Amino acid sequence: MLEIKNLHASVEDKEILKGINLQVNPGEVHAIMGPNGSGKSTLASVIAGKEEFEVKKGSIALEGEDLEELAPEERAHKGIFLSFQYPVEIPGVSVTNFMRTAINESRKARGLEDMPANQMLKLIREKSEMLEIDRKFLSRSLNEGFSGGEKKRNEIFQMAMMEPKLAILDETDSGLDIDALRIVANGVNKLRGKENAIIVITHYQRLLEYIVPDFVHVLHDGKIVKSGTKELALELEDKGYDWIKQETVV
Amino acid sequence: MDLKDKLLSSFIAFENNVDLDSPVHEVRSEAIKNFEAKGFPSKKEEAWKYTSLNSIQKVDFSVFPKQENTLDYKDIKKYFLHEIDTYKIVFIDGVYSSYLSETTHDGVDVCLMSAAFSKPMYKQIIELYFNKVASKDESLTTLNTAFSREGAYIYIPKNKAPRKPIQIVHFATGNEAAMMLQPRNLIIAEENAEVQIIERHQSLTGNEVFTNSVTEIFAAKDANVDYYKVQNDAKTASLVDNTYIAQKDNSVVRVHTFSFGGKLIRNNLNFYQNGQHVDSTLKGVTILGEKQHVDHHTLVHHAQPNCESHQDYKGIFGEKSTGVFNGKIIVDQIAQKTNAFQQNNNILLSDKATINTKPQLEIFADDVKCSHGCTIGQLDEDALFYLQSRGIPKKEATALLMYAFANNVLESVRIPEVKKRINKIIATTLGVRVGFDL
Repeated sequence: MLEIKNLHASVEDKEILKGINLQVNPGEVHAIMGPNGSGKSTLASVIAGKEEFEVKKGSIALEGEDLEELAPEERAHKGIFLSFQYPVEIPGVSVTNFMRTAINESRKARGLEDMPANQMLKLIREKSEMLEIDRKFLSRSLNEGFSGGEKKRNEIFQMAMMEPKLAILDETDSGLDIDALRIVANGVNKLRGKENAIIVITHYQRLLEYIVPDFVHVLHDGKIVKSGTKELALELEDKGYDWIKQETVV
Repeated sequence: MDLKDKLLSSFIAFENNVDLDSPVHEVRSEAIKNFEAKGFPSKKEEAWKYTSLNSIQKVDFSVFPKQENTLDYKDIKKYFLHEIDTYKIVFIDGVYSSYLSETTHDGVDVCLMSAAFSKPMYKQIIELYFNKVASKDESLTTLNTAFSREGAYIYIPKNKAPRKPIQIVHFATGNEAAMMLQPRNLIIAEENAEVQIIERHQSLTGNEVFTNSVTEIFAAKDANVDYYKVQNDAKTASLVDNTYIAQKDNSVVRVHTFSFGGKLIRNNLNFYQNGQHVDSTLKGVTILGEKQHVDHHTLVHHAQPNCESHQDYKGIFGEKSTGVFNGKIIVDQIAQKTNAFQQNNNILLSDKATINTKPQLEIFADDVKCSHGCTIGQLDEDALFYLQSRGIPKKEATALLMYAFANNVLESVRIPEVKKRINKIIATTLGVRVGFDL
């Protein structure tokens, strides 16, 4: 589904990703772990198409199609979803209106009519109940004054609404207490299927107890330095990242 | 003949049609003398540094309409806030249209200045209030005063409130090649009275229109006045709006100015707080493109202790449009415990758009809270990426962010239908495809 080859990306001429190779197949869940500053969030942003980052070398392809020339919204229309580490506050636009605009724009891009209002309401109700989101919350301005946990839950709510092919969760577990973590993980797991893939970017193994990955990769200094199965995450939890760093140096 | 000369000679013709013996006419005569001495303001004056009336003065305006014109309601319905029941005071080319209006004398007076000027029952009120807060030396105000004859007259007695909001709508039909209009409004809310007013100027053709309007608002003790100015006129219409507000103890007056259309707009909005615990709100949304120009000059004069003022103006300037915000706050020495807030935020969408913004604080009291802030910037790139990553195309995402930027000014709008209408105009102006009926 997603094929990343020798990806090099820079911001303001500072190279952050230094040759990433990653293959994600439909139905798989990949976890990307690594210390701060290793390039995890950059990788997520580059896949989603943030213009601030310049791809210097290599390629990203979704279902065989090269993404390089595509704007962020076009990538979204193709089924890429990024759950932000720091969701942006947009005063004046309610969660509902935002979702409605997002869904209808995506439908428009696929040549579909707007979703009928009653169907939209039903979908919103269904997904907000799944994530135990209060109805009142939906009429509030997007992310404005939301707690850290509310923001993350709202991201997963959006993901559930958009039903992406490839979801990238960037540190979705940070700021969540154990109950919220369980709810969010449950929402993510509901999306898992043969046709979808998920990339979970996280610092800690905690989230991976709930969203069990098929593969775990360790990112260090802009490169994937180690890949393995879910046991690797446990090992990292145990030993920290230092041994990886040392191994890399050697 | 330039416009000033034309106006001065028109005044002689004007005098043939008004009661020369009334005290009002003394006021007019004084005013025309002032205008004759001062003439139109020029860019040499600090207050007019960024707004030029030169091109307007070159137009050969008709000062009085030659014929009475009529309009069909169905053709102009969209310019009214027709979703709710309202009183209406409607003028066509400066002449009152009884057919389109709905006035009342049922406990409150919602009628015409011409009636208030001529009927004995209003004499006392006119003497008490007419031209009492309007400037006697600002040249355009005095020009309007000199020609004051028609406009809206609204009088709300003690403890009263009209059953519904009032719309004041001025249409220009374009039957004259170029038309100058000078409406004069007087609004009085007596003790504990309440009133909501929506005002709009609308030119119906591409012919030139220049409106020089003066509105005086008096809010007595505990009175509550909401005034909404909808400035979404044709691209050949210019407006100078002079509004003067005098407030007594505990009164609340909110003026919202929505400037989206027109060629040149100058708003002179002046608040005089002549009582304690007064609350004044001045809010504005300005969205411009092409070569449009909007100039907001506000003044809040805190002349008594324990009062508040809240100013929040948001502007979005595209193409070659230009904007001005000049917010003056005066706090007299006696006006201790004043809370005065002023905010002016702007987004420039093009390299050729300009905004000149200037807070002007003159504080003579020592125990006050005054804050002011102005920003000029572009859109937040992170927010744009966030919206795009949800499938919203860049153009729509940009529009949505601008919409959000302007929208929070609407929070203090107390008539839901006004809010909806303005939302709709903003969305249309920005090209946002958002349904707000969910």
